[in-house]
Amino acid sequence: MQAKISPNPPSFPDFSLQQSNQLRWEDRSMSDNDIWMEALFREFNQACGTQSLLSCGSNDGVKIPNPENCQMGDTSRAGKLPADWDPSIMLENLSFLEDKIHQLQGLLHLIVDKKGQQFGQPEEIITQEKRLITANLTSIIVQLISTAGSLLPSVRLASSNTSPSVGQHGQIPGINFLSGLDPSSSSIQPQHDIIDNICDQSNQIDHTNMCEMEQNHMEEHELKDEEDVDEGENLPPGSFEILQLEKEVILAPHTHFCTICGKGFKRDANLRMHMRGHGDEYKTPEALAKPNKESVSEPKLIKRYSCPYLGCKRNKDHKKFQPLKTILCVKNHYKRSHCDKSYICSRCHTKKFSVMADLKTHEKHCGKDKWLCSCGTTFSRKDKLFGHIALFQGHTPAIPLDESKAPAGQAEMEINENNNNNNNNKGGSINLSFGSSASCCENGIQNIMDGKGITDDPISYLSSLNFETCNFAEFNDFPRPPFEDATEGLFPFLMSESFNYSPKSGGESCPDNLV
Amino acid sequence: MEAPPRRPAINFFDLLTEEIILIILDHLRDPLARKSFSQVCKSFYSLESDHRKFIKPRILNFLPNVLRRFPSISQINFSLCPRVEDDTLSSISLAWNSSLETIDLSRSKFFTQKGLSSLATNCSSLLEINLSNRTTLTDSSLKAIGEAKNLERLWLTKCKSITDVGIGCLAVNCRKLKSICLRWCLRVTDYGVGLIAAKCKEIRSLDLSYLLITEKSLSAIFELEHLEALVLEHCHRLDDDGLVSFKKSCQSLKVLNLSHCQSITHIGLSALTNGAQNLEKIILSYSLSFTSDLAECLNDSPRLQSVNLDGIMVRCSGIRAIGNWHSSLKELSLSKCRLMSDECLSFTVQAHKELRKLDITFCRNITYASVDYITRSCPMLTSLRMESCTLVSRDAFLLIGRCQFLVEIDVADTDIDDEGLESIARCSKLCFLRLGMCLNVTDKGLSYIGSSCSKLTALDLYRLSEITDLGISSIADGCPSLEVINIAYNPNVTDNSLLSLSKCLKLRILEIRGCSCISSRGLSNIAVRCRQLTLLDIKRCNNVNDEGMIQLAQHSQKLNQIKLSCCSVTDVGLLALASMSCLNHISIYRLNKLTSYGLAAFLMSCQSLITVKLSTFFKSLLPEHIQESMEARGCVLVWREKESQAPFRRLNRWE
Repeated sequence: MQAKISPNPPSFPDFSLQQSNQLRWEDRSMSDNDIWMEALFREFNQACGTQSLLSCGSNDGVKIPNPENCQMGDTSRAGKLPADWDPSIMLENLSFLEDKIHQLQGLLHLIVDKKGQQFGQPEEIITQEKRLITANLTSIIVQLISTAGSLLPSVRLASSNTSPSVGQHGQIPGINFLSGLDPSSSSIQPQHDIIDNICDQSNQIDHTNMCEMEQNHMEEHELKDEEDVDEGENLPPGSFEILQLEKEVILAPHTHFCTICGKGFKRDANLRMHMRGHGDEYKTPEALAKPNKESVSEPKLIKRYSCPYLGCKRNKDHKKFQPLKTILCVKNHYKRSHCDKSYICSRCHTKKFSVMADLKTHEKHCGKDKWLCSCGTTFSRKDKLFGHIALFQGHTPAIPLDESKAPAGQAEMEINENNNNNNNNKGGSINLSFGSSASCCENGIQNIMDGKGITDDPISYLSSLNFETCNFAEFNDFPRPPFEDATEGLFPFLMSESFNYSPKSGGESCPDNLV
Repeated sequence: MEAPPRRPAINFFDLLTEEIILIILDHLRDPLARKSFSQVCKSFYSLESDHRKFIKPRILNFLPNVLRRFPSISQINFSLCPRVEDDTLSSISLAWNSSLETIDLSRSKFFTQKGLSSLATNCSSLLEINLSNRTTLTDSSLKAIGEAKNLERLWLTKCKSITDVGIGCLAVNCRKLKSICLRWCLRVTDYGVGLIAAKCKEIRSLDLSYLLITEKSLSAIFELEHLEALVLEHCHRLDDDGLVSFKKSCQSLKVLNLSHCQSITHIGLSALTNGAQNLEKIILSYSLSFTSDLAECLNDSPRLQSVNLDGIMVRCSGIRAIGNWHSSLKELSLSKCRLMSDECLSFTVQAHKELRKLDITFCRNITYASVDYITRSCPMLTSLRMESCTLVSRDAFLLIGRCQFLVEIDVADTDIDDEGLESIARCSKLCFLRLGMCLNVTDKGLSYIGSSCSKLTALDLYRLSEITDLGISSIADGCPSLEVINIAYNPNVTDNSLLSLSKCLKLRILEIRGCSCISSRGLSNIAVRCRQLTLLDIKRCNNVNDEGMIQLAQHSQKLNQIKLSCCSVTDVGLLALASMSCLNHISIYRLNKLTSYGLAAFLMSCQSLITVKLSTFFKSLLPEHIQESMEARGCVLVWREKESQAPFRRLNRWE
């Protein structure tokens, strides 16, 4: 049971994802300026505080064993502080710049005048002047860079710190990256001269920021994918590329294979994690990075999938062809629609499924169907039964055999049910199974619990990472019941914002990015 | 079929065709008259037997004979039979399988799903079933009823055990339902109601009072094309928040009852009445305050005739807005609107000159001015209820005579005096008059009424300390069609009054509670002559003893209910009453001379009893098995301690 509960989204010990969460939060607070949001944000940070430390640890194990990682942790924390976009501060900075420029101008005028008047000044004075000018220029450039973030509204990381301080330097590469500047370009170069240590870090931070960007992108993609495929996307024909996999490929248990040992994986991320065991060359950030992300900025044709089964609505030759969004969609669709239902419920021995996850979902509720129609169909929800009866002629609700026993308690329950309107029994059970995601603090604690036992040993931690993602994959195999009705009312912000959880398509769109 | 001629002389009945005789028979409303008719001769007997459509059995022991004698019964009312078993139901369903249309089981117990099932399957033309008050009625019973495919009307009031499942079975099977009452069926929710609305498209009348339904099922209900009456009393889950986005409209709706829906304001009401072009009657009693916004919602209903705003917090602007409505009201009820002022009321009645019925009971702020405007602007008024309008002066009642079409006047607990009654006496069509607690009324006033209101059928003279036998006799002489009279707590009324009242042969209800001068002698006169007597209240008539009871038992065959508490009746009198075949309800608190043996003998011998109210004193004295057998008969024993109750307590039979 623990294994089932734990792999809910916020519990990934995945540093980059965590980072991206924070990014998103900053995003919110920047755009909304809502006090409660900030408060929540802090709460969330507190809850995840230990986790970010953990993620530092993960860097320790996975990436470069660099003592300055701690500092990086600090910078990442600095990045977390909620900061407002404050025009007054920006104005202050600008006027400061202006003053500096005027000062420099005056100085240069003076030098020029002097040069015009008299030649052959002592070397010392000239070098002094040069130094003074360089210092001034450096100061202006530093100021300019540090305020660049707040000057450009599209920049995400910007707003955290506007006053020049050492702590902010961690951001610089990020800004560079985002604004399309090369960190090694000459204009920035002087900064590296002045500030120590930055070189080592910038590489590192650059990478993390890359990850962040990728993750961010991924999440945006996820959010876009939220609409269920069944609802129809209304993509104009030809605007997407149709791929059709063969039946064998679809039914293959693994799609990613290790080129060295031949082991198969369902997800490419798992494969990458696995590859680390084959040598140090697989541990570089490049090797661990997600493939195909170089071309992110390029406009790419959207990929959609077709079912190989002829005559199927999901087949590209069908008149009303509706493409499938992801490979996982294809897999589940093909198994559900065109394969034998080989998984039989061990409780009722009647319900059959072709997808294991469907069976597991069913088994959770099997035997709880108490709403029975005269046609023999059972329903776990009263509204579904009555919808069924309203739809079909001659069907009536069947009276349970133990009607005489029908206690007053049932009436109360029904009234309760009524009170909760949408939060019916099923909603309740879902709340239970996803219970840990309902409470932020609980989650944080659980994450700590999950992580702590293993952080001592870096190797076991690695394996734990694997374990977790594996679980995650399994988790995603479950077709999720549409429970946003039930939970949205309670924790709308937690569900949709902080957990990056896309309720409807979750299971199917996530792998799209991971595969 | 004609009676065979017994003599050579012409039998005039031979000249009558069977049809004409049957038409004559139809005009004999009184069951006793029909009985006499059937006993004239064999042919009349068989004619009457064949023609009988309606029975209301008292004792089911004779049912086999009844089944044989009356072949074409279409209506059965079991309300006098507290115990109806499955066998009874199945035998009647077999005997009258093609004719039975209506059955009332609202007062009966002990039948189960089995009996209902045979009823529903055998009686193909069954149109109406009343199963109210069966709190143990189950879903499977409803499923059984579903077999009655032609069912049109169903009453399920207080069937608290039925759920959506049963309602679902019913809705799917009985597609012809036109009227269903689910009042107090607390376990029925939106799902069941929604299914009824979805499946039974013929619904005309729907009572959903006290249900926890929301606007969800209302939207299905408003899809019904023929819906005319919708009762939503005490539906507290209906509120403005839900109704604000309610877009449906029901054009056929005629009656809407939103009484006690305290979460609905003008927002919800406008959503419900939007497009209800045919709305005729609306009941908003005991709901939120009546504002001008609320009044505005109803301005667009051109056919609106009747508005009930009882107990509502009335804003002056709201009542004034009623005066501006396009429709002309015929009935307006404003009882217990305590803040109602002269100004508002006058404005309203001036605008609705067609008003027939006006109820301003307990509007304690109104005065002479209002009565002046009412009587001047509404000459067609037939009913005026103004009980406890205490600020209305004596002079105002002189104006009531302006409305000569008045049939019903309630001026109880006001300052009306003899002059006022003289004015009222001009209403020659007067049928109902309440004068209770009007302390200024004397015999003289009653004589005005008696001299001109010959059609008076009901009169309330509760606690008029001034009146004597003289007044009563003038009423009795002048109002031969008097059916109901209340002369409770009039100390000056004696046996002579009863003697004069015995001239009113139609007397049904007689309340002489607390008239200590009345004795068995007076009661005997009533018993002997007033054969229609069904209800008698002689509580606290200390001088009434066994003799009166014996007379009653001998003559008052129709007596249904008697209140005997605090009389001088002993075991003998009570046992005499046990021989009455119609006696259903009796209250015998504080009969000091009654013994437990007498009581036990009475309970065992009086087979028709349904409710017995008696003091807890006897509970321990009465043998257990007697109590059990009473229960098995379906008789309810109500135990109550009545010793300390104050004698001065207002009993109002009229409300």
